[in-house]
Amino acid sequence: MHALANPARFLRLMAAIRPYAAVLAVLGLAIGLGWGLLFSPPDYQQGETVRIMYLHVPAAWMAMFIYAAMAVASAAALVWRHPVAELAAKASAPIGAAFTLICLVTGSFWGKPMWGTWWVWDARLTSMLILFFLYLGYIALWEAFDDPARAGRAAAILALVGAVNLPIIKFSVDWWNTLHQPASVLTMAGPKIHADILWPLLITALGAQAYYVWMLCLRVRAEILERQARILRFSAAADRRAA
Amino acid sequence: MTAFLAIVARDLRLGAGAQGAMLTTLLFFVLAVSLFPLGVGPEPQILARIASGAIWVAALLAAMLSLDRLFQADQEDGTLDLLAQAPLPLGLVALAKTLAHWLTTGLPLALIAPLLALLMQMETEAIPVLLLSLLLGTPSLSLIGAIGAALTLGARRGAVLVPLITLPLVIPVLIFGVGAVDAAAYGLSAQPHLLLLGAFLAAALALGPFALTGAIKLALE
Repeated sequence: MHALANPARFLRLMAAIRPYAAVLAVLGLAIGLGWGLLFSPPDYQQGETVRIMYLHVPAAWMAMFIYAAMAVASAAALVWRHPVAELAAKASAPIGAAFTLICLVTGSFWGKPMWGTWWVWDARLTSMLILFFLYLGYIALWEAFDDPARAGRAAAILALVGAVNLPIIKFSVDWWNTLHQPASVLTMAGPKIHADILWPLLITALGAQAYYVWMLCLRVRAEILERQARILRFSAAADRRAA
Repeated sequence: MTAFLAIVARDLRLGAGAQGAMLTTLLFFVLAVSLFPLGVGPEPQILARIASGAIWVAALLAAMLSLDRLFQADQEDGTLDLLAQAPLPLGLVALAKTLAHWLTTGLPLALIAPLLALLMQMETEAIPVLLLSLLLGTPSLSLIGAIGAALTLGARRGAVLVPLITLPLVIPVLIFGVGAVDAAAYGLSAQPHLLLLGAFLAAALALGPFALTGAIKLALE
């Protein structure tokens, strides 16, 4: 991983990975979503509306995975002063926030026909909402400083504090919900997921994962180039001043 | 130890003085709680039902108010640089300042909360638990808030950013604090909730200084 601290080498690696990630993403999402949305069987209890699950569940999985990835990258950035890890965390945050938003919105659209309400303060919904706030706070912290190096380190500390606290938030929201309100939520009450539903779900999840890697390649490249442009701007200004 | 106490004493004098935030924080707390009856109507049953939540949320927001100045005033006049070079480890310095912050904001809030609980028609069995839960919970607020304040030192719009990054992190404190009061109001034991509040405080005390040291060192570079 230390070999990847060299931005040029990292860019070359990303450029090599990117086309495969793109193809895998498009294929995975197309096949998974197409199969799930069009050809998979309807649920015996929920009918056709269960198809929102193929959008909702992979988005939820990605939202949590990306935060974990951000935390690992932030730890690498702080411990080893790894310059690219910092940028990888920064680039991941908007993608994670977007997946969280998709999860919340699709969940809301799923909840209206199922539960009769757009929102309920269920433990899962609440902890996803808080995850969304954590993403937004992280992004806001990056934007709050003029010096990007300073912003990166502060954001890395915030990501780690959030990562430590996220399990605590998760189980405290779980307990709060069960202590005060009996679960009135209709869950996937059927038996364990049938293969006809499981396969499109997994393929979509794989496609979403590949999409994340693809977007990460693009965004980290943009961040690195932006940093280099900034350095060039500064040295050009310094040269102009010296001349 | 004397260095630690000296820093606490200095920040206490600054915080409790005329330019300090203690009285304004208290006033904000009382005002914010008073808004709830004005907003939801004076019906006693409704007020009693929302009393624990309203008081805890107002305490949360009031504790956030003075946080952005916690380290910033010292950074501006160079005191923070001197404190960083002192023999006392930076984590303990930050802990001392956080303790002083709690003594001037969290502690007064907790002490005045029973009065506000009476205004909000809270059941009388719940009021001692309210006091205890706030005494256990507000130090955690100060600690996590101090991390937020240290991270945003020198940031643009740092004052708005501190609540944004701190509030999601202290939600467990809110949940267990309100849970304790509600349990007592319904005649159940508040002990599990209070123990969890204590656990959160213990974890914040143990891990907070590391984050604080990192954040302050970052700001002083």
